[in-house]
Amino acid sequence: MLASEAEPGSAVGISALDIVLWGVLPYVMVVVLVGGLVWRYKYDQFGWTTRSSQLYESRLLRIASPLFHFGLLAVIAGHFFGLVIPMAWTQAAGMSQDFYHFNALLVGGIAGVGTLGGILLLIYRRRTTGPVFMATTTNDKTMYVVLTAAIVFGLWTTLASVFEGEHGHNYRETVAPWFRSLFIFQPDLAAMAAAPFSFHLHTLMGMALFVIWPFTRLVHAFTAPFHYLFRPYIVYRSRDRDRDRDGSTTGPADARTSNVAARRGWSAVGTRDRDTRNR
Amino acid sequence: MRVMAQMGMVMNLDKCIGCHTCSVTCKQAWTNRAGTEYVWFNNVETRPGQGYPRRYEDQDKWKGGWALNKHGKLVLKAGGRVKKLLGIFASPVQPELKDYYEPWTYDYKTLVDAPLGDDFPVARPKSLITGKDTKITWSANWDDDLGGSTENGHLDPIVEKVRRDSEDKIKFAYEQTFMFYLPRICEHCLNPSCMASCPSGAIYKRVEDGIVLVDQDKCRGWRQCVTGCPYKKIYFNHKTGKAEKCTFCYPRVEVGLPTVCSETCVGRLRYLGLFLYDADAVTGAASVTDPQELYDAQMDVLLDPNDPAVQAEARAQGIPEDWIDAARRSPVYALAKVYKVALPLHPEYRTMPMVWYVPPLSPVVDLLRDQGHDGEDAGNLFGAIDALRIPVEYLAELFTAGDADRVTAVLKKLAAMRSFMRGISLGNDPDDSIPEAVGMDSQTMYEMYRLMAIAKYEERYVIPKAHVEQAHDLEEMGCSLDFEGGPGMQDSAPFGEASGRPVPVAVETFNALRDRQTSGSAPGDTTLRGRVNLLNWDGTGAPTGLFPEKPPAGSAAAPPAAGERP
Repeated sequence: MLASEAEPGSAVGISALDIVLWGVLPYVMVVVLVGGLVWRYKYDQFGWTTRSSQLYESRLLRIASPLFHFGLLAVIAGHFFGLVIPMAWTQAAGMSQDFYHFNALLVGGIAGVGTLGGILLLIYRRRTTGPVFMATTTNDKTMYVVLTAAIVFGLWTTLASVFEGEHGHNYRETVAPWFRSLFIFQPDLAAMAAAPFSFHLHTLMGMALFVIWPFTRLVHAFTAPFHYLFRPYIVYRSRDRDRDRDGSTTGPADARTSNVAARRGWSAVGTRDRDTRNR
Repeated sequence: MRVMAQMGMVMNLDKCIGCHTCSVTCKQAWTNRAGTEYVWFNNVETRPGQGYPRRYEDQDKWKGGWALNKHGKLVLKAGGRVKKLLGIFASPVQPELKDYYEPWTYDYKTLVDAPLGDDFPVARPKSLITGKDTKITWSANWDDDLGGSTENGHLDPIVEKVRRDSEDKIKFAYEQTFMFYLPRICEHCLNPSCMASCPSGAIYKRVEDGIVLVDQDKCRGWRQCVTGCPYKKIYFNHKTGKAEKCTFCYPRVEVGLPTVCSETCVGRLRYLGLFLYDADAVTGAASVTDPQELYDAQMDVLLDPNDPAVQAEARAQGIPEDWIDAARRSPVYALAKVYKVALPLHPEYRTMPMVWYVPPLSPVVDLLRDQGHDGEDAGNLFGAIDALRIPVEYLAELFTAGDADRVTAVLKKLAAMRSFMRGISLGNDPDDSIPEAVGMDSQTMYEMYRLMAIAKYEERYVIPKAHVEQAHDLEEMGCSLDFEGGPGMQDSAPFGEASGRPVPVAVETFNALRDRQTSGSAPGDTTLRGRVNLLNWDGTGAPTGLFPEKPPAGSAAAPPAAGERP
């Protein structure tokens, strides 16, 4: 019989820092993430875009971007398996601990390396391709630092679990219970506190990433166009949208003016010279 | 039958002199912003030529438009929905800036700022993309007037095809044979493949007038529409990360004005008007097996606005009476379906384009004249049209999916009209045999001549206004773009370029009105708000408000309280 899930934590004292980091911060992160997304969706539809740079360069992008994105999708799936599905379930399904870990390392390792390779290539492309670098904002740079850090630390935890000790650290006894406990508002702080430093670092970086998420170009992930699979090809829309929505035409005209779309954030008329000397 | 109204355009290519006025005025009106430097909603191509972007007609490469699959079902040429989504991270077929051109400006500052020296300063071309010195190697109309066609002429996809079909017997004699201009805008198709390609569903067709628009708030920059449009008339704004396209100048059309390109056309070659069409029949018509029958299928989709049954159905669908009336007077319907001289551009893309072209007869006339023949004589013209296979085949590839007979028929109508009207101008009796030779009667031919040669502004542009009860939707249009320095005008906002929410004009107007109404004095009195109009100051004395008010004596020595500004 394996140790109960809470036991590793009981050996470690819970400090005030642990409470802040693993008991408070996750909820702050969720509030910022959800609130930020709602706010951004409401007020910045025009800025909600992938801001693709394929027009400038596509040779590297064609390799790097799918590598990164598909890798990331696999990584997300891996996180789901590792964090959400309890260890007891996989064992009940007859999956041994060694087999699970081998699988997680193999698939997770490949996905992680692919993602890291993808983003490194993307960053290299962004830095070396003149037009792409010109179109990079400070916001983008910050985002890249946090995103890359989260991936690197994540890969470190994976590698660490291979090379540290006999079987490495079993995060399904520490991080995963903590993660699940967050959803029932009874954070298992002791379990998380017992996890090694590398997992702490990765978790913190992940939370940082989610905090800045709504305020970066990453928001495009939240409008992934799955509805494309189901919508009709040809979209008709009335010039008079509000009327269609209300189903009435009786309201006073001036009551509707507040609903008139805002002016777009297009650049000012005229193209300013892109003078690199004065930048 | 579901009757819908569609704004359409016809361009009479015989009249195009290739002056690019339409392109320039369109650009000034719509795409003179950063990020849209390379964007030409309207461009004029010299034919034969590669077009803009280069070789956009090569659908084997660009995968634009629709195709029929094995079961004869209409599918996007670039792939179905799943394939599109899988390719979303890096669009597999996507024109790059080098397929358009790298926009540039000139370093005019050195002309003024250069230090005194022996050499004249030069204004070097600077890329608007990188800001660095650049070498200009291409532009939106680099091969204008067949420039460089001896080197690049073979790159025209249609030249390639016509040559291949004729088994290379024809050497490159095009530039000696014929040349014409092809102005292009968005086709505002009935079956738009850009719309079908858009993962976000941001591109939509307006129910009222069929104009195809991109919802700038819904567009997420997946850029599949650029691939989807076979005419490559959707452009990616690289600053905002959104797709932009020709708007058919909808703010003008809504108030009954022609589009900017039509209004400013020097040759008056553009016609604007309504089509009534059966929206339920569109997909069926676009799925016809033989590409050469697509033209007929498209004709069948267009409904006769004089048919009482169609009118009744249109009324039942809520199309206003004045719109039905405008459809009956529509010059584009007349040219496309009554006289059948206007042809759609590349019907084989199966998008049911709604910008039509009267193919040019002038290359034939010019050739006859150059050879010393009478270029106005019906017999000569008919013979020449039959003999000149090259231009006819080329035009057929453009307008009828390669059906040369159809183009010949149109050219013969134009030739007959020319010859018939010359007879009348010379004072001869109308020669009825000429219209009959092309299957028309004298009266119809004369009416066609009136429409094509001397139609006035109101006859060329029959544009019903958007309805008054819808007018509140138009309120923002006048001042929607010219709010210099306002919020949202900054180049780089916190969340990337041009993000953030600008203040709606309605809100500003509301605030201004409220200020005026609540200020308690007559409007106009308070505009200076205690300041002085220096233009009215004669220099004597110091009017109140010229200087800030002095603090009352005694308090001057007291130091300002903490946190308070002096």
